[in-house]
Amino acid sequence: MDWEPLILTFKLAVVTTLLLLVISIPLSYWLAYTKSKIKPVIETLVSMPLILPPTVVGFYLLVAFSPSNAFGNWLGEWFGLQLVFSFEGLVFASLIYSLPFMVHPIQSGLSGLSPSLKEASYVLGKSKINTIFNVLLPNIKPSLLTGIVLAFAHTIGEFGVVLMIGGNIPGETKVASIAIYDEVESLNYGAANTYSLILFVLAFLILLTVYLINGRFLKRFWK
Amino acid sequence: MIELSLYKKLLFPSGELPLQVDFNIEKGTFVTLYGKSGAGKTSVLRMLAGLMAPEKGKIIINGTTWYRSNENINLTPQKRKAGFVFQDFALFPNMNVRENLKFALNKGESEKIINDLIEINELGDLQQRKPDTLSGGQKQRVALARALVQTPELLLLDEPLSSLDIEIRKKLQQYILKVHREFKLTTIMVSHDISEIIKMSDNVIEIDQGKIVKEGNPSKIFTNTEVSGKFQFTGEIIAMEKQDFIFIISILIGKDFVKIIADESEAKVLSIGDQVIVASKAFNPIIRKIS
Repeated sequence: MDWEPLILTFKLAVVTTLLLLVISIPLSYWLAYTKSKIKPVIETLVSMPLILPPTVVGFYLLVAFSPSNAFGNWLGEWFGLQLVFSFEGLVFASLIYSLPFMVHPIQSGLSGLSPSLKEASYVLGKSKINTIFNVLLPNIKPSLLTGIVLAFAHTIGEFGVVLMIGGNIPGETKVASIAIYDEVESLNYGAANTYSLILFVLAFLILLTVYLINGRFLKRFWK
Repeated sequence: MIELSLYKKLLFPSGELPLQVDFNIEKGTFVTLYGKSGAGKTSVLRMLAGLMAPEKGKIIINGTTWYRSNENINLTPQKRKAGFVFQDFALFPNMNVRENLKFALNKGESEKIINDLIEINELGDLQQRKPDTLSGGQKQRVALARALVQTPELLLLDEPLSSLDIEIRKKLQQYILKVHREFKLTTIMVSHDISEIIKMSDNVIEIDQGKIVKEGNPSKIFTNTEVSGKFQFTGEIIAMEKQDFIFIISILIGKDFVKIIADESEAKVLSIGDQVIVASKAFNPIIRKIS
């Protein structure tokens, strides 16, 4: 039993989730409060990965990041970044692919707060940043939890995008979902079953935790 | 002294409403904005607090300019020394009562004011409670105390008592008056309740359709119309008929016809279609014991 694909999967999920949290808080804040005319366009772009086949996202990322391409070449020359068939590339692709799962819960959490909370904080002389971290975010904990868990779980379950842009390099891009496919291809059903079972149980436990916490069963521990 | 002149086109579900109000308020007075819902009262408060931008005008508070359109001055809510009590109280659910007050302090300020406010508003026993465990009246007191932590020059109350029942209302009216006097505040309140207005305010400004329609001492403004003890109706003259020495005048009041007798000197100034007041001055109700 090779644990490497599982470890790689978790590493990818943790890094992606942390980065997504940093990106999604300002983005969700903007989406929740803006009156800008381009809001629908941004919302659409954020949600695209929900309906696009993962292979489409993966294909375009592959084309864009290819070193034979101007953009990919520029990335390589200026930042030394090789995003095709590398772990960094997987992280980047996962960020795009899991973005809606983080943004949507946070955005709807913020929209659901009474606007007077934000206004009260401003009238009390508090800055926007202070208001976000001390008033808004602490009052949407369930939404933050939902976003974190969904983005994490979704990154674990990713397959098409990874296969397109990452390939199947052990220790670099061979995550659990790819490993399962690989084992089945070589008729190694036993190993495929082990990986699958671990992912199955994990997905169940993660979702159960969210429902227990947000369904108030565990509220007293969370609050 | 507070000088205020505001213009803005407001958008309501019923349509566009140009809001145009100008008034001055003496320092230390308690002023109520009165009027139908959708008249623009809350918008005036929000513009004073900096939560809504007027299109034109000025807001000058005790010599400091908070807003002036022709000089492009518009202070952010953070920089205006205003306290605001929201209709839904806007207490922060993640903080307990004391933390809600402490949040309003600036960095490094002493907590003495918080202890004073907790005492004045009798919040001592509630300090560690979260807002969602408080009753409406308790929340109101916390919101009032929190608005005063930064010792504002102007206290703005947006229908602070409308969601409370009468008993608690009366008590809270006392609290509000107490802090108004103790902190020498200039207070502007939005209210619908005439008895509350008469009890609390020095001045009342009635706004209708975005314009000021009446302004002055509340007991004078309201006793002439709504809370009169006299019988007094307004109606329209439909017909006038001369009979010997007197006139019989038919008047439509609401949906009812009444006939009233007038002598020649009274009838001389009246004509069909006039709006008139029908009142009985020397009216003496009969009181009889029934049990």
